[in-house]
Amino acid sequence: MTVLDVRRVAKVYGEGEAAVHALRGVSLSVEQGDYVAIMGSSGSGKSTLMNILGCLDVPSSGQYLLDGVDVSRLNDRQLALVRNRRIGFIFQSFNLIPRTTALANVELPLAYAGVKPALRRRRARVALDMVGLADRADHEPNQLSGGQQQRVAVARALVTEPALLLADEPTGNLDSRSTEDILAIFDQLSAAGRTILIITHEPDVGARATRLVKLFDGQIASDERQMRVAA
Amino acid sequence: MNVWEVFRFAVRGIGANKLRSGLTMLGILIGVAAVILLVAVGNGSAQQVADRIEALGTNTLTVQSTSRGGSSPLTVQVAQALKDPVLAPDVASVSPVVSTSATLTYQGTDHSVQQFVGSYATYFTASNSPIGRGSGFTTADVEAGRRVVVIGQTVAEELFPGMDPIGQELTVSGALFTIVGVLAEKSSSSGFQDANDVAIAPLTAVQQALTGYGSLTSIVVEASAPERVSDVQAQITTILNQRLKVEATSTSTPYRIQNASQLLETQTETADTFTTLLGAVAGISLLVGGIGITNIMLVTVTERTREIGIRKALGAPRRVILTQFLAEATMLSLIGGGLGVAAALIGSNFTIVGIQPVIVPSSIALALCVSVAIGLFFGSVPANRAAGLRPIDALRYE
Ligand SMILES: Nc1ncnc2c1ncn2[C@@H]1O[C@H](COP(=O)(O)OP(=O)(O)O)[C@@H](O)[C@H]1O
Ligand SMILES: [Mg+2]
Repeated sequence: MTVLDVRRVAKVYGEGEAAVHALRGVSLSVEQGDYVAIMGSSGSGKSTLMNILGCLDVPSSGQYLLDGVDVSRLNDRQLALVRNRRIGFIFQSFNLIPRTTALANVELPLAYAGVKPALRRRRARVALDMVGLADRADHEPNQLSGGQQQRVAVARALVTEPALLLADEPTGNLDSRSTEDILAIFDQLSAAGRTILIITHEPDVGARATRLVKLFDGQIASDERQMRVAA
Repeated sequence: MNVWEVFRFAVRGIGANKLRSGLTMLGILIGVAAVILLVAVGNGSAQQVADRIEALGTNTLTVQSTSRGGSSPLTVQVAQALKDPVLAPDVASVSPVVSTSATLTYQGTDHSVQQFVGSYATYFTASNSPIGRGSGFTTADVEAGRRVVVIGQTVAEELFPGMDPIGQELTVSGALFTIVGVLAEKSSSSGFQDANDVAIAPLTAVQQALTGYGSLTSIVVEASAPERVSDVQAQITTILNQRLKVEATSTSTPYRIQNASQLLETQTETADTFTTLLGAVAGISLLVGGIGITNIMLVTVTERTREIGIRKALGAPRRVILTQFLAEATMLSLIGGGLGVAAALIGSNFTIVGIQPVIVPSSIALALCVSVAIGLFFGSVPANRAAGLRPIDALRYE
């Protein structure tokens, strides 16, 4: 079953002379259970693509179908629902809510989903436990290391059990030890059948995926399946 | 998400930056407290004036001469003509008054009084000067020209410290007066004059000993009831015009009639102006406080645009984000306003610049409503802008 279907998507920032063509007609389709790594040099349009996939941004032209639904037809409320239920997004810069405990951060998507507080707390604890941070539940982001913050962000992305996990250079700011922690979690999720898209510029991170897409100057340069390299 | 959860989110938002929230609340607190308290002070001073004037007696009228230099047309005969059951049925009493400053001497101690009043026995009630100790003088005393006198508290304290003045004899311009009573203390000193620095004696005695049998200083007319005052004014105007031969067409009269309720009205008007002025000043301070909230709300939302981006990326609907920020703004202004009301209520227990503030309930409601409205309005504008951003734009916001 096709989860993502991107058809000739282009994205232009700015106008006229200053226009930047970040994406020039990208077509990509991702099946359920795929573990896709997107690589490419800096400025090749990886983040732009990922933001469109995560419904955080809209393409200038082309179509994006998520679970067969054209996203451009959804209104503000439906988009919020899609982001909340279907997609788990992990940012390079963690993007945790400051001065808010890890537990409360992880609970947040559930709160917006309308889950009752008691159940919410339980599920958030389970998610934190999964990323190995059960004992840090009451710490605020500034009391956590970068690797720990990113694991909280992963827990937050997982807690609603979305079918699709999008990660934009999740290990870009992390040391090799924390990187391994995060990748281990991804491996586990992939094994459980989740669809994962991960942006990276580290070849050994890309090697963990089952499919490698290379972007060059806003276009797909190569797209091939590969054998997973176990950790 | 239900109301309770939105409320909890807002509490968390406020708690996240305690100093800023505290300062915002302080701004509102001061604004609200200032409005309530200043209006209360204005109101208090108005009441004070009203009380003072009421103490003069609201059902009395005072006839005074307006002719300068030349002799006053008011005489005892004119005064007696005012007591006319046919032409002036609503007049309860008429007290002709002569008043002069005089030096009182008791055993070598001197004291000058501003007002040494000569009048009838009815003057005590008409001028709202009840007897405190001893007794007043009677109509018989007036007819006989007996030299008896009732003194005010100040005179008693000055000349007879620590002793009972009743029965003692005073010398006034060489004439001996026997003290028969002391006036009850008047609480309201009307500004420049000490209302307790008086002496009141029978008209005939004062005329004989001090002023001579010329014209009167004034005539105090008492109406049978406060609401009859304007009737009485019309009645005595007719009589006076007749007696003093004032042409019906003439625009000036040789006399002037003043009544306490008129005085009350003009004074109340002045006090109202004062209250309005104070209220306006306080309103400005509330507005400045409001601009403070706006400023802080703008900063808060701008600073938290990234946070709004994160929340939107996690699937927060626009409405929920908006509600959260509005709830924060409302809560800040409500708590600030509530504390402001409390501060004003506490402050109103103290005398401020010699005035006991009297809280006007509507000013509390007004100040609270204005502060909440300001919080809502100025909180909603930036929050609405941020909530409308695309998540990625909010996340990229610097
Ligand atoms: N908001 C923006 N406004 C203008 N140009 C942008 C914006 N975001 C990205 N770009 C440009 O689009 C191109 C692709 O950016 P991006 O997708 O972030 O690249 P990558 O993530 O692969 O490094 C770059 O040339 C970048 O300068
Ligand atoms: Mg990037």
